[in-house]
Order: sequence, then C-alpha cells, then structure tokens
Amino acid sequence: MSRKKLNRGVAIVGAGMSKFGAFTGLSTRDLFVQAFQDMRASIDKGFDPNDIEALYIGNYSSDLFEGQGHTAPFMADWTGLAPRPATRIEDACASSGVALRQGIIAIASGLYDIVLVGGIEKMNDLPTSEVTDTLATASDILYEIPAGFTFPGFYAAMATAYMHKYGATPETFMKVGIKNHENGSLNEKAQFGATIRKVMDGKIAKAKTRGYPEPTWADEIEFLHDDRANPVIAWPMRLFDCSPISDGAAALLLVGEELATKFSDAPLYIIGSGQASDVALHDRKDMTALRAAQLAGKEAFEMAGVTPADIHVAEVHDCFTIAEVIATEDLGFFPQGEGYKAAEDGRTARLGERPINTSGGLKSKGHPVGASGAGQAVEIWKQLRGQAGERQLPGEPTLGLTHNVGGTGQTCVVHIYERR
Amino acid sequence: MTEHNFTHVSFEHFLGEQKLMGARCKACDTLYLPPRPMCTECYRDDMNWAELPENGKLIAFTTIHIAPTAMLEAGYGRDNPYVSGIVELENGLAISAQIMGLDAAKPEEIKIGTALKAEYVERGEGEANKTFLAFRAL
Repeated sequence: MSRKKLNRGVAIVGAGMSKFGAFTGLSTRDLFVQAFQDMRASIDKGFDPNDIEALYIGNYSSDLFEGQGHTAPFMADWTGLAPRPATRIEDACASSGVALRQGIIAIASGLYDIVLVGGIEKMNDLPTSEVTDTLATASDILYEIPAGFTFPGFYAAMATAYMHKYGATPETFMKVGIKNHENGSLNEKAQFGATIRKVMDGKIAKAKTRGYPEPTWADEIEFLHDDRANPVIAWPMRLFDCSPISDGAAALLLVGEELATKFSDAPLYIIGSGQASDVALHDRKDMTALRAAQLAGKEAFEMAGVTPADIHVAEVHDCFTIAEVIATEDLGFFPQGEGYKAAEDGRTARLGERPINTSGGLKSKGHPVGASGAGQAVEIWKQLRGQAGERQLPGEPTLGLTHNVGGTGQTCVVHIYERR
Repeated sequence: MTEHNFTHVSFEHFLGEQKLMGARCKACDTLYLPPRPMCTECYRDDMNWAELPENGKLIAFTTIHIAPTAMLEAGYGRDNPYVSGIVELENGLAISAQIMGLDAAKPEEIKIGTALKAEYVERGEGEANKTFLAFRAL
C-alpha cells in the first residue's frame, strides 16, 4: 500500500490542559472549560472562539464513569460553541489521539479551517473496583474478561512474556516509574508530581509522627519491592507501575497550515499522522510488541519524511511501565528486546539521549483516559516552543512525537510535530 | 441436534458440556477460536463446529490482586489472588483463561511454557450459573 500525504497541511496554534488529578465536584464539562481557557491563553496572537467551526472530543466512557453519554454537545455548549458540529470520538484510551487525527483530516479535507480538538475524562466518581470494570469494557468482554483479566493484568501478561523472551526483570519496570516520577515532579499539572524519593520520605515522616517503626529502605528500588508500600496489582505490575485513576481535560486548536502564523508566533506543524488497529491480545503472534503501534509509527514517519533518530522528544503511552518499554521499541527508538536496557541505562531520562515522557507520562502526570492523547500533544507544544519551564529540554528541540494507545494496543495512533 | 450459531452463546453452551469448541470454515478449513460466523480468510459464512485440543501451554500470565467485581464475587481479591493467562493450544490457537493449580502468591515461580489442560469451572447459582473456561497446570 502506498503511503498517502495530507492534501493540506495542518498546524496546532494553541494547546492547554486542566491539572490532572482527583477533583470531587467537577464534571468533565468543568474540566474542559479549564483546558479551553488554558489553550486560549496559549494562542500568541489571540483568537475569537466564534471562529471555531467544529469540535472533535475524545472521551472513553463518561457514560459509565459519570453517567453522562453524548458528551460532545455539552463541551460545545460550555465553551459557547453550539450550534457548531460536535463529535465524540471513542477509541478507549486513544480517544483524544484519534480525535486529533479526525480534526486533522477534517481540516486537510478543506471542509473546515479552524477546529477544536479536546479530550475529557472523569474517573474518580466511581470506586476502584467499578473503575476496573469500566476500563475492562475496552477489552473483549466475551473472551478476555471471563478469564479474570483486568487492564493491569493484560499489561502484566505482556510483561511476563517480555521478561521471558528478553530477560528483563521487575526492576527494569521500576526504573521507568522512578524516571517518570522525576519528570512529573517538574510538571505543575501532574497528578502525582512527587519523586519516588519524596514519596518514601513522606512515608518515613508519617511513621515517625505516628510512632510506628521507621521503614529502612536503602533506596528507591528497595522501597518499590516492599509489598506493603508498593503492593502488587497484577504481578509484575505494582502500584507504582500503574498510571493513576484521573480526572482531566485537554484542548488543542488546529488550523489550516496557511493560517497558522495569523494565530501563533511559533505554531506546531503536524507533519505525520498514523493509526492502526489490532486483534485481541491472545490472538497475536507476538505479545512483546504492539503491531498497531509499529504500523501507526511507520505511517507517521513515512508521511513526515523523518526517522526515529530525528525525534527530539516523545510522549509515549505509559499506562503501565512495561508499556513505555514496548513503545520505545515499537516506534523504532531502540531495537526490539533492547528497550528495557535503554530504560535501565537512563538513556530515556529527560537529559538522556532519547527523552521519553518529559511530562511525567501517564504514570506521574495522570491518565484521564479520554484526555491523555490530547494531553501528550500539550507537552510537545510546550517543549518545542521552549515553554516547558523547569523540565524544558536543552538544545531547542524542533521535532516531537506522541504515541497514544487504546486498550491492549487494539488502537494505536502516532503523531509527529515540527516547529519550523 | 440443536443448531448452534457460531456465537459466544454457543461457545459457552459447549463449555457447559465440558467441550472446548471452535469454528472451522467448510470452504478453506481455517480454524477459529473464539468461533465466529464468517471466515475472514475467504469471506464465506459456512462453518462447522470443531472440537479443539484441551492440552496447551502457558505463554503469558499474571497474578491478579486487584480484582474486577465478578472475581471479587467469586471470592478472589487482595488476600486471595488468582492467576490469569494466555494459553497456546497444541494446534497453535490461543485463548485467555484463568489458570488453576499454580500458586498466585509466588509469581516468580510460575514458568512460561507450563503444560496445561482445559478445565470447566461453574460459577453462580440457579439462573446465574455459568461455565467458565479455565486451564489447570499438569
């Protein structure tokens, strides 16, 4: 199949997000208003919201999480954009990555010039067991759920297959978590913006004030091996290997390429977009890679005319720590089976040769599932414009990538961004 | 004999008869687990039921400590974790299932490649009674 290009270039001229976290009393529409205002403030030359022609909103399951279906028109209403067409996109945790792609396609088609892309999710209204059940509906409810699988369980199973094939250990995954918490500690929008060290110190201080015996962890790895401090969720995935239950929203303003500098001094041009689907996990020949991510990446790289080595910063879908390791291989940053060594050696650290998840990733920043894909683009927006504050990458990065996964990799969507 | 559509309802019905059944395309012989109504190799929709091998091996697994509601109701949870896995049957097809006969408290000792045999587990009372596919370590 020959690779196609967009008929018209598309640029991001504004990007914003709510803080990710647990926000009692706020619904998705309230969070989306926060993201919208943050996005508005990021548009260098300002804009009139009335110029927006359509909305594409990624949302996994407000139906089950907050009892609200048909969410897109409410986002249009609360941002003053009714009666413009408002469409909800659902592809599990890839919902707003796919919404971004739909927004791009809508502009590239020539139908619209200015489109608002959003992502929303409100997960904290339900108890954990019901959140687990709701997330599980993104897998095969007929043939996977009766086996007792949960989402941590699926990725844990991939981890056991990966460890068996390549020799990684649970410590490998712990190091990914430590790294992402370090990055997240520099992100004021992160849900768990504390380093693992700080979490440990907090627990030690708490033990002291309560008169309990003081924990004697020698280092972060020993802490992460402590079954009480870091309980197993689905072995080898422990609490600090799993992204949290999160509420949050993100918003992106997309325009036709020729209009970009009317809005922005430094627009991000979307030069590559790829998406693919896959079968259920048990039907795959290889459980240590996501074929859909490999294909989405290939499509995006070919459209962009760049290679993995050219990318300066990438936000990848680390819903679980194993997922980050696999992502860095699927995208071609490291050969298959070597991503775990790269993670162990610190090559994916913020100041390493291949910075991955400078925002803290889903692990530390938070994972309001339908908002995560658009949230990744917000980090690339900041890094490529030199606005990432304390976590800003040195060397003026100009090429960024986002990798957003739905379910166990049954949906993957990859975008490549350029600051010119 | 009752006609069984190539659906999960029929699949579960056969589990109740202690049978692991897949669908085989009459035209091109492709075998499907789970069963499906249309062959996605030749696009004909003429299937036969085929009894599948009950022996296989473990190719991926996890021990689940934070359980979904259905497994909590079955008595599992933080203090009583269980093993879920992916099983490759002798004919190369694979399926997800709960794995019995392994110690979920000692995941480090569970080996990929462990030989398994299908087991049919009944859960729920009266109307809610259902047979689940599981595998047991040999």
